[in-house]
Amino acid sequence: MHIYVTDHNGKEHELEALEGWRVMEVIRDWGLPIKAECGGACACATCHVFVDPDWQDKLHAASDEEEDMLDMVPDVKDNSRLSCQILMSEELDGLKVSLAPSAKPDAEVA
Amino acid sequence: MSEQEIVTDVVIVGAGPVGLFAVFELGLLDIKCHLIDILDKPGGQCAELYPEKPIYDIPAFPEISGQELTDNLLKQAEPFGPTYHYNRMVNEIERQDNGDFIVKTDAGETFRCKVVVVAAGGGSFQPKRPPVPNIEAFENQSVFYAVRKMDDFRDHDIVIVGGGDSALDWTLNLAPLAKSLTLVHRRDSFRAHTDSVNKMRALVDEGKINFELGQIASLEGENGQISAVNIKNADGEKSLPATRLMPFFGLTMKLGPVANWGLNLHENLIEVDTEKFATSEKGIFAIGDINYYPGKLKLILSGFHEAALMAQAAKKIIHPDEKVVFQYTTSSTKLQKKLGVK
Ligand SMILES: Cc1cc2nc3c(=O)[nH]c(=O)nc-3n(C[C@H](O)[C@H](O)[C@H](O)COP(=O)(O)OP(=O)(O)OC[C@H]3O[C@@H](n4cnc5c(N)ncnc54)[C@H](O)[C@@H]3O)c2cc1C
Ligand code: FES
Repeated sequence: MHIYVTDHNGKEHELEALEGWRVMEVIRDWGLPIKAECGGACACATCHVFVDPDWQDKLHAASDEEEDMLDMVPDVKDNSRLSCQILMSEELDGLKVSLAPSAKPDAEVA
Repeated sequence: MSEQEIVTDVVIVGAGPVGLFAVFELGLLDIKCHLIDILDKPGGQCAELYPEKPIYDIPAFPEISGQELTDNLLKQAEPFGPTYHYNRMVNEIERQDNGDFIVKTDAGETFRCKVVVVAAGGGSFQPKRPPVPNIEAFENQSVFYAVRKMDDFRDHDIVIVGGGDSALDWTLNLAPLAKSLTLVHRRDSFRAHTDSVNKMRALVDEGKINFELGQIASLEGENGQISAVNIKNADGEKSLPATRLMPFFGLTMKLGPVANWGLNLHENLIEVDTEKFATSEKGIFAIGDINYYPGKLKLILSGFHEAALMAQAAKKIIHPDEKVVFQYTTSSTKLQKKLGVK
């Protein structure tokens, strides 16, 4: 199964994904730049992605914990999700997301 | 700015779990420490990112939360009377001709010490900056990520953005002295203490402050002074007159000044040996997540081991004439005396 990830420069990458992996882990393990500083604990909001509108409804809704963490994203949109909270399964084969500016490893800070 | 120099044996940069345990290992060898951290509390990642989450791989603790681990480390270090300095960043480390180091913080303090231990983890925790064009140009003049002096906000048109405790607390604290205050958040739901949320809603109902759904889109102003914050929401864009803006999106780790201290780096981590955990600069050690050596694992337990070996090497620099005798805390009356065991 595969996911399609658009990087900060607008380039799309096709990445092989495994059942049960978090989308964040797939992105990180294939070496695309994603900060994901808490390693998937839903505690940092630096694994922020925008989900392709065609896929938004196919994902399970964000948990309260994820919604709360999305408050920590300075560039949140309607299709914002934390990629560490999306688990890969057959239904998500072909999922399309793009990396948000706030997920850059050297995300600009004051 | 204080001109006074604080003199100590060791300055530890970072009060994360590894910096805290270093106090203990150094203390057993009669070495005194000052710790400096940009956070307002000890515990580093454990306290800031996952205080409630259980850790399962601390030896002899089948399960312990990030906060419990931090509290235990503080207790363990207590007999050695370390001094903690929070809310300040270590900016500079300079070597003096006599081999001492001068360590400077952004709060204006100066420390003189014989050894510096860099336990800076994943870097310093710094506020997240909203990706708004040109925001840097206004920072520390009219855009602030923390309140240092409340008076800087008196009689201003204040916009606060965020939905957590910091945003709510400052909304409540600044409301009485603001000319006007608007809280902006992406949704009408807050992850802050219920009590603060209720108080905030009461102020909105009384017409004392405003609440807007939305996000910052752009800023207006010149020469570092904002004049308006433009927000966007489902209904479109809206311009809020503002002379002060405070975005609260939490913290993120950034390497920060560590890169400027002249130490050999390996992909943003400090290179050390595995005997002493010494850096390329004699007298400066690096332990915990910030260091790199072949086989490094970023685990708390590795950092603890590194602290113990580093302390032996630091001892030779600080007390070169003393012979170090290897002792167990279980059986050494000398060590137990230092620990205050009765
Ligand atoms: C969600 C999560 C779960 C984890 N689970 C585990 C686990 O189960 N087991 C495990 O062993 N590890 C775990 N870890 C990793 C563990 O937390 C780290 O290895 C550990 O925190 C490293 O400790 P440290 O003291 O080296 O650095 P940190 O904890 O990063 O602390 C460094 C401190 O230094 C401060 N600092 C840095 N530079 C400066 C400066 N210039 N001036 C002032 N202050 C500065 C920072 O603000 C920070 O407070 C986990 C991490 C996360 C995020
Ligand atoms: S990796 Fe930290 S919230 Fe997803």
